[in-house]
Amino acid sequence: MLTILFDGIAYGMVLFVLACGLSVTMGLMNFVNLAHGAFAMLGGYITVLLMQKLGVPFLLTLPLAFIGAALIGVILERILYRPMYGKSHLDQVMFTIGIVFMAVAGADYLMGSSQQIIKLPSWLQGRFDIGGVGVGRYRLFVLVVCGVLAFSLQWGFTKTRFGSRLRASVDDARVARGLGIPVNRLFALTFALGSGLAGLGGALGIELMGLDPSFPLKFMIYFLVVVTVGGTSTITGPFFAAMLLGVADVAGKYFVPEIGAFIIYVLMVVLLIVRPDGLFAKGRA
Amino acid sequence: MSAVLQTRNLVKTFGGITATDDITFSLEKGARHALIGPNGAGKTTFVNLLTGVLQPTAGAVILNGEDITTLSREARVKRGMARTFQINQLFATMTPLQMIALVTSERLGYGLRAFNVLDHDPRVIEQTADILARFRLEDIMNETIASLPYGKQRQVEIASTFAAQPSVLLLDEPAAGVPEAERRELLDIVAALPADVSVLLIEHDMDIIFRFATRITVLVNGRVLADGDPVSIARDPAVREAYLGEESHA
Amino acid sequence: MSHLQDRVRASLQASRRWHIAEIVFWLIALGSFWAFPRHLLLMNEIAILALFALSLDLILGFAGIVSLGHAAFLGLGAYAAGLLAKNGMGDPVLGLVFAMVVSGFAGLLSSPLIVKGNDLTRLMVTLGVVLILHEIANSWASLTGGADGLQGITINPVLGLFAFDLFGKTAYLYSLSVLFVLFLVARRMMNSPFGLSLRAIRDNQLRAAASGVPPSQRLALAYTIAAAYAGAAGALLAQTSQFVSLDVLDFHRSADVMLVLIIGGPGYLYGGMIGAVVFKFLQDTIAAFTPQYWMFWIGLFLVLFVLRGRSLIHGGVKLFMTRLPWLSGRGRS
Repeated sequence: MLTILFDGIAYGMVLFVLACGLSVTMGLMNFVNLAHGAFAMLGGYITVLLMQKLGVPFLLTLPLAFIGAALIGVILERILYRPMYGKSHLDQVMFTIGIVFMAVAGADYLMGSSQQIIKLPSWLQGRFDIGGVGVGRYRLFVLVVCGVLAFSLQWGFTKTRFGSRLRASVDDARVARGLGIPVNRLFALTFALGSGLAGLGGALGIELMGLDPSFPLKFMIYFLVVVTVGGTSTITGPFFAAMLLGVADVAGKYFVPEIGAFIIYVLMVVLLIVRPDGLFAKGRA
Repeated sequence: MSAVLQTRNLVKTFGGITATDDITFSLEKGARHALIGPNGAGKTTFVNLLTGVLQPTAGAVILNGEDITTLSREARVKRGMARTFQINQLFATMTPLQMIALVTSERLGYGLRAFNVLDHDPRVIEQTADILARFRLEDIMNETIASLPYGKQRQVEIASTFAAQPSVLLLDEPAAGVPEAERRELLDIVAALPADVSVLLIEHDMDIIFRFATRITVLVNGRVLADGDPVSIARDPAVREAYLGEESHA
Repeated sequence: MSHLQDRVRASLQASRRWHIAEIVFWLIALGSFWAFPRHLLLMNEIAILALFALSLDLILGFAGIVSLGHAAFLGLGAYAAGLLAKNGMGDPVLGLVFAMVVSGFAGLLSSPLIVKGNDLTRLMVTLGVVLILHEIANSWASLTGGADGLQGITINPVLGLFAFDLFGKTAYLYSLSVLFVLFLVARRMMNSPFGLSLRAIRDNQLRAAASGVPPSQRLALAYTIAAAYAGAAGALLAQTSQFVSLDVLDFHRSADVMLVLIIGGPGYLYGGMIGAVVFKFLQDTIAAFTPQYWMFWIGLFLVLFVLRGRSLIHGGVKLFMTRLPWLSGRGRS
């Protein structure tokens, strides 16, 4: 029972790392980026390639997955994404679906369509017993890494100058520009950070979610749920949304496997009916 | 004279800020009533409360004797309250004719008729033509609204609002943004509105206020500072201090 | 009767009058039956795709709702028509109507979530709905055949007279007729007070509400109608291929139809049809020399199209289409 909860939280943590960049970019530029999962997939494949071809140890591949995805993120942001900011949501949706399709087909072409498997270092394999609760070593590792990340993000978002500028820009980009905040540069940075986190999440998630070329499509709905339910103006919103989603998904698939796949949709509908403005929408009178 | 639109102890707070503070207000039938106040006095919030864009924290809005506090925006329009916006809100891809025909058909309750055509209904034709003539839009009635100059768009905005046949008309800075050359025509149109329509004018421009208003309410910090005829408002020392300041129309 | 009233009436009439180009368009569509007898199956696919895109146009082009899961209603209609025929009621028109009712009902059910939300929630809900249906169709194999698809569908002759053949003769004429009839209905609707109110909501929701138009009600209705239309396209798909597979609920269906509509241009009813022709030719051409990575090319096309190509393609179409007076109000800025 507690093992399920634990697995769910670990899963939710990875979802959070995957999706939090998306929620900030959506909030900041009102840009609908359905291709976010492509960056996650990229991170995953970087780890797979580094480990399989070059024998790089798993731990070392993680920062590289982050950097790789962030770099590609910056480049794409500069060349492709920037002209899309002013366009309609429809255009943005079409555009980013195009990117997803290309990423999916490209990954298929380069890497083959099979599920990728990585061999975790032995100290991350297996599970240990804490007071009768089976705790997977890898899941604990993920939990710690993502937990630290979540805390530093929350700290960075609320306590640093970068964070306060970012929040101001999310609230009202026009006013922020008027105050002399370089919104465009801020956005490029955030985009890189978000893409990098997605890449890291993708690498961490190989073991939990699997990795194949259809990854960006398969998890698109998860990202959308996290962002919509969690809202786009905080870090904590998406965090709790991801936790909820992770636990519900894992528990659902375990306890009621026949309908487990539906749990997240039911959750999504219920939340939308109860809180149409998102789980943690700013209090509106 | 009787009140067509009233508010009772209307309050609106955003977080810790009170934007509308206990406003009790009344618009008399046929009045030309101006609502004035410095920036941030809560004029726009007040209008949004009247029209249903916002829900008040406390208090009531009464239109023609009926409590409409919880009604939707469109239901208020159906009951006879229409508004213009500070910045034009138009159907950019339509022509003035289409826009006015749409408002007319909605007013007649045709909105759900999916298989009728507009030109078969003499009432739509007649009333649309009427509005076009009254607001001098005949010559541009088939142009796309987005292609019209701002002043003309402003005219379309007022005309389409009027097409809803309101008993209460809220004009939110009708002349704002209109170039000097087109201003006269617009103000003539405002002046020519029928006497039985009650008009609430939200305005900054003192010339316009003193040209039209028969009664003035001054809002400051979300409260009613003063309420009365133009002459007494202009003389009111509190108003002069708080609002008219140095450039008073003495 | 004043002179101005006459002019007002004339303008309103002009906006719904048939243009010569429209008549030519439909004549070409019909004439293709005799002109390209060896491509009837492809043309049938085009007609079905065109109907599907027309249904998307009703909500995207006329009401401004972006959907990531319009295939939900296509798939539902396909399964509804397929299951009806499999259970002994093989009359195609009956199946068509049944599919429209089922899909329309599903549209109505999901509409509260659609009309309330912003674009982001809409994306999530539409995508969520199609994923749910996909999951149901996949796991309820006893009913739907699961991953193997729904087989053993027998469709009776259309109106009891025209049996379906291997070359797609009946199929094309049947699909084209359905497309034409539903197009006429849509055309009538979009020129009605209801259609005008949808355009009002798309143009400016604030003003629409301030003009007495209840946005939620109208959007819900439009969504329901569009769902029924998509259901009809699904029924045609199931009936003319006598097979339904999980593919009808796949994500790429929703993305394709969006692309189709965008190619042709949303908001004037013909966009989906023109787009369907272009799309199918594109698909055929690309498939001829690189069958495998179709998805890559469609993605590339999407990206380039949104970045640059739209103005190029639409420049030509628009030049032609601005001649149609009732289109004067189209175009999303």
